[in-house]
Amino acid sequence: MADTVITGLGVFAPTGIGAEEHWTAVLDGKSGIGHITRFDASGYPVVLAGEVPGFDAREHVPGRLIPQTDTWTHLALAAAEAALADSGADPKSLPEYEMAVVTSSSSGGTAFGQGEMERLYQKGPSWVGAYQSIAWFYAATTGQISIQHGMRGPCGVICAEQAGGLDVVAQARRLLRTQSRLVVTGGTDSAMCPYGLVAQMANGLMSTSDDPARAYVPFDADARGYVPGEGGAILIAERAEGAEGRGYGAILGHASGFDQSERTGRPPVLAATIRRALDDAGLNPSGVDVVFADAAGTPELDRIEAEALAAVFGPRGVPVTAPKTLTGRLYGGGAPLDVATALLALRDGVIPHTAGTERLARGMEIDLVLGQPRQQPLSTALVVARGYGGFTAALVLGRGDRA
Amino acid sequence: MTRKAVITGVGVVAPGGVGREAFWDTLTAGRTATREITLFDASEFRSRIAAEADFDAVAAGLSAREIRRMDRAAQFAVVSAREALRDSGITGVDPGRIAVSIGSAVGCTMGLEEEYAVLSDGGRQWLVDHTYGVPHLYGYMVPSTLAVEVANEVSAEGPVGLISTGCTSGLDAVSHGAQLIQEGAADLVLAGATDAPISPITSACFDAIKATSPSNHDAAHASRPFDKRRDGFVLGEGSAVMVLEEEESARRRGAHIYAEVAGFASRSNAFHMTGLKPDGREMAEAITVALRRAKLDKSDVDYINAHGSGTKQNDRHETAAFKRSLGNRAYEVPVSSIKSMVGHSLGAIGSIEVAACALALDRQVVPPTANLHHADPECDLDYVPLVAREHAMDAVLSVGSGFGGFQTAMLLTRV
Repeated sequence: MADTVITGLGVFAPTGIGAEEHWTAVLDGKSGIGHITRFDASGYPVVLAGEVPGFDAREHVPGRLIPQTDTWTHLALAAAEAALADSGADPKSLPEYEMAVVTSSSSGGTAFGQGEMERLYQKGPSWVGAYQSIAWFYAATTGQISIQHGMRGPCGVICAEQAGGLDVVAQARRLLRTQSRLVVTGGTDSAMCPYGLVAQMANGLMSTSDDPARAYVPFDADARGYVPGEGGAILIAERAEGAEGRGYGAILGHASGFDQSERTGRPPVLAATIRRALDDAGLNPSGVDVVFADAAGTPELDRIEAEALAAVFGPRGVPVTAPKTLTGRLYGGGAPLDVATALLALRDGVIPHTAGTERLARGMEIDLVLGQPRQQPLSTALVVARGYGGFTAALVLGRGDRA
Repeated sequence: MTRKAVITGVGVVAPGGVGREAFWDTLTAGRTATREITLFDASEFRSRIAAEADFDAVAAGLSAREIRRMDRAAQFAVVSAREALRDSGITGVDPGRIAVSIGSAVGCTMGLEEEYAVLSDGGRQWLVDHTYGVPHLYGYMVPSTLAVEVANEVSAEGPVGLISTGCTSGLDAVSHGAQLIQEGAADLVLAGATDAPISPITSACFDAIKATSPSNHDAAHASRPFDKRRDGFVLGEGSAVMVLEEEESARRRGAHIYAEVAGFASRSNAFHMTGLKPDGREMAEAITVALRRAKLDKSDVDYINAHGSGTKQNDRHETAAFKRSLGNRAYEVPVSSIKSMVGHSLGAIGSIEVAACALALDRQVVPPTANLHHADPECDLDYVPLVAREHAMDAVLSVGSGFGGFQTAMLLTRV
């Protein structure tokens, strides 16, 4: 039952600032990935990332909050403001306890933390600033958005690496069904500092290519890892009742699971998780018009995803795409951005292509949309996300009634 | 028919002793576990006190590889989870029906800081040297690792998540776990929280805002909630993990049931990241909603496990919240803070307090508030000073309050 809808999109991503700028870049295949500019990364094996271009916190975030928060929170505060404006909802007219904030975060205020640790180790404990206590921890973004907009409902933060971005949307739906009228959800991340990059590199899943066009090519025979990025999307979720004419799309179904296949030898859980999300949405696999893939970009993880999609939908049974090749993987912000992109695809009846990927690896029995966008009427989309360690989530979206 | 979530296993790593029974001994003896910091050289810090867990990873059963791989917070969580599983005796659950909900405020901060110190050569290199990175560094960067480690203990294939709402993380993670049972999304949930924040960067950031106690001359009595001489909280560390099950299936297998997680709610003050208004309005609202969900009246509350951090603004804030939500009942029931003994372990403490409440209900004993000799005149409830008390209880309330303005209330009932 389509009882909950997404009414506002706030996008701050390597593909652009604002949902429409992002969407245009996606359809044009315009990549936000480039050589890292935030610091000199030339001495590291990983030199590429998706940075939010031209982001100046002073243009988007109240001045007093800038020194109190990390870039990751700047991006989220800016995106929340944009999403609320886009939604047409008026927080001032809603009961304060019936508005909540639930965001995903994967690594907190990494750059802020590196700066404060440097002071600590170079100068001593008394040089650590007062804002370290509120800027670095994973709940900083949710807390600041709650304060900024007077939202006093049940706030939350879910960390499940890339999968957390779908689990927060499910938590928003849970709150809307039981006690809230409006939930600010989605998320952002930014670990664009030397220590952040080096810590990410330790997972062994990142691409060391220096060719921005070919560094992150999921499902390709040349897949060699992913490129990291920053930013994401903040989404406004509301009850369908009262949001008539404002919905980008409906939250139809969700499921999450945890993959133990690498450790236990049991089968991967992705196919079963997708089926549970479809059950929750009351849909058969044939009712799904497009899949936004997790697209890890490593041969083994790509194979697991392609096999799950083929098992659920049949070989090449549904169009699949991964526009995240234009942004890199955004951790807590990645899946919310995919949700935003999927909602825009549903709105316009066009499936954006997976830029970069050229030739599918052997055994990838999926209909990956390549080369250019594909025009076709769309009613439903499935978004898949997986997080480091085994987190697995699936979200089903339906087209909205936005005028 | 509604599904009820019950606690059938409790595992604890806390200052004062590792394991559930050592923890309960500490509480009922009114013994304080706060002391001068030994985990690092704190001589240059304003607050040099903490409640440290005497945790020996080898004695606790962790393998050499687990010790190498896991941050201290992960070690606590895994050891607690194993104890909870043993305690519950549960086996044979379909992996797809097993879920994990772990809370943590600061994740693997200790591992992150130790590695930073190496990679940056003691802070000298902004462009840190990646060749010194350990393979598990990414696992320290993402706090979700804590949930991964617990999930792997039970080969969970159901919903797994790390809840990080600062100092209410522990209560929120247990709430989320109970919700998964109630909704039918899982039949077994390992729910709890862990934090190991006693490290230079965390101590320094609390020093900077003067939140922690500077009573370095009297470390054993530095955590003094509700006492007029209190001067800040004392940092702690630890973990508690509970086995949550659906009540009927727990009864069918003859499990010992400590308590039902009967109701929970959270609210935010949308006021300040660290400041609290003295009226306690949002915490009171959370308590009222939690009571409604538990289908309880305020007169049913038999004991309040307070947040009781030992800062003046907290103690007054929550005292006001209890009066606002419970009326006269607030004056009739015992209220106590175990932080007086085991310190404030940030996100973990909420779950450690749930464990304390489950044990209190099970054994009908209220833990005391240690170090309470001279009550703050503005805190005029019965805070159970110094000595544990036998007390008949059917329903207990536990509350948490934290940075970000988050306020959570939970009701546990005897079944």
